[in-house]
Amino acid sequence: MALITLKDVTIAFEGVVAVENVRLSIEKGDYLVIVGENGSGKSTLIRAILGLVRPQKGRVIYGNGLKQNQIGYLPQQTVAQRDFPASVEEVVLSGCINRMGRRLFFGAQQRRLAEEKMRLLDVERLRRQSYRTLSGGQQQRVLLARALCATDSILLLDEPVTGLDPEATEELYGIIRTLNREHGVAIVMVSHDLHGSMRDAGRVLVMDHGVDFLGSVEAYCERFERQVSR
Amino acid sequence: MTQALESLFRKNGGRRRTALVCGGALLILLALALCNLSAIGGALVEMGAYLQYKFIQRALIVGTLVALCAALLGVILVLKRYSMIGDGLSHVGFGALTIAVSLGVVTAESLPGALPEGLRSGIAGLCGAISASPLLFTLIVVVVCATLLLRISRNSNLRGDSAIALISTSALAIGVIVTSTTSGMNIDVYNYMFGSILAMSDADVYTSLALSAVVLALFIAFYPKIFAVTFDESFAKATGMNTALYNLMIAVLTAVTIVVGMRIMGTMLISSLIIFPALTSMRVFSRFRAVVISSAVVSVVCFAAGIMLSCLFSLPAGAGIVAVNLVAFLIFSLIGAMRA
Repeated sequence: MALITLKDVTIAFEGVVAVENVRLSIEKGDYLVIVGENGSGKSTLIRAILGLVRPQKGRVIYGNGLKQNQIGYLPQQTVAQRDFPASVEEVVLSGCINRMGRRLFFGAQQRRLAEEKMRLLDVERLRRQSYRTLSGGQQQRVLLARALCATDSILLLDEPVTGLDPEATEELYGIIRTLNREHGVAIVMVSHDLHGSMRDAGRVLVMDHGVDFLGSVEAYCERFERQVSR
Repeated sequence: MTQALESLFRKNGGRRRTALVCGGALLILLALALCNLSAIGGALVEMGAYLQYKFIQRALIVGTLVALCAALLGVILVLKRYSMIGDGLSHVGFGALTIAVSLGVVTAESLPGALPEGLRSGIAGLCGAISASPLLFTLIVVVVCATLLLRISRNSNLRGDSAIALISTSALAIGVIVTSTTSGMNIDVYNYMFGSILAMSDADVYTSLALSAVVLALFIAFYPKIFAVTFDESFAKATGMNTALYNLMIAVLTAVTIVVGMRIMGTMLISSLIIFPALTSMRVFSRFRAVVISSAVVSVVCFAAGIMLSCLFSLPAGAGIVAVNLVAFLIFSLIGAMRA
């Protein structure tokens, strides 16, 4: 069974349809890139997958043992976050919230998990540093570590390379590729960086309120006459 | 000697240096204090005499607890960019309080005769009840406004900060109109606006005890979740937290803190109790837990120093406390700048 299945999902805000009749299934180990113009419903779709907005019609079904609160989410950064006084460790650990159950504080198990993810994303040596002193690329790695604490199987990334310099962008794509290929984490990424994001992708979804196109990267290149170097 | 000092600096970089700088600042303050020993001694004796009075004791208890709650909630509000909510709510509190007090003049006879008898006595009874317990009425109005403000700043064309400015100035204007048509701008109104330590009753002591117990308990019990919601609301929501409930909880607790504290601090100045300690602590500390603990300590210390100051020089309590907070802010800024 697929990790996440969207069955004819329609979402409207105050009578304006943002997302219409979307059918989509995300399998284990998938790498899906969602593209589309501003206001085409990409972010709304992401929020529906996360369970943050309820569809007016249709359903979002979580399968394969995945629960709604076990999706690793990398939201777009807010202005307030950039100068937030928190250590890297505090931020990463906050990804374990969904594993606390009825307990009030983080246990040894959660601390170990956070440790492991910090090592995986190479931010372990920054653990005592303040989040606000980090570079954009380092901040994204910290937030990725936090997202990985919440999930084992799927990451949702909302424009992860926005505002990063070319070097940090390359590095982040490299990390995402590794997570997908070596750790089997399914990736769903909203992106404006068509070229970069499609290099490693398996499938592409073009949103235009509904599904404008859904298929392999090769089929996408053929249809829209684009070149992607892989 | 110098080598030892240098290695001290190098070994554990920032932290040790901060500790040294803070310690140095304290030593200088201590030296200054020693020079003025007799003056301070005199002040303490005078303060001791003041402490005999029941109303001072009440003001100290209520104020310290409110300062503690305001500081803890303030960290969340400042970081969520809601710092002006405190200001808005205190003005709403002023408006509600003046209306409640002035409703006391309404009687069944003073209402228009066209209304049926039963309705007239009903309205008069309601007005009487409101003016008999103005604080309860104020509390309800402020809590409702707090939830409204949260909702407005979340999803509306009206931006959060302008919505708050709109509501707070309107409430202030209504309050001023009501007072000038009934009692006029007398000393009571002055005390509402700038704070008075004479205003605390035993009921306030119990309310503030209960409030601070609730705030402290919630802060300790839900600390990881409070951090998650404050740092990144959408991530917290995506990982299954009921963020709306947490926001509501924070808004209600803020409203209660403001209503209890606004008569000591004054409606014009109560929001400083929320904003200052968090901002002050953020100058020096860069970890969430450190900021929270430092805010609580700074807030209580500044409150105690400020109320002493205002007793000794007979200043309005709120003004003295804000002045001390400002000094603390400047000192912390200096320390922060020296580190960087």
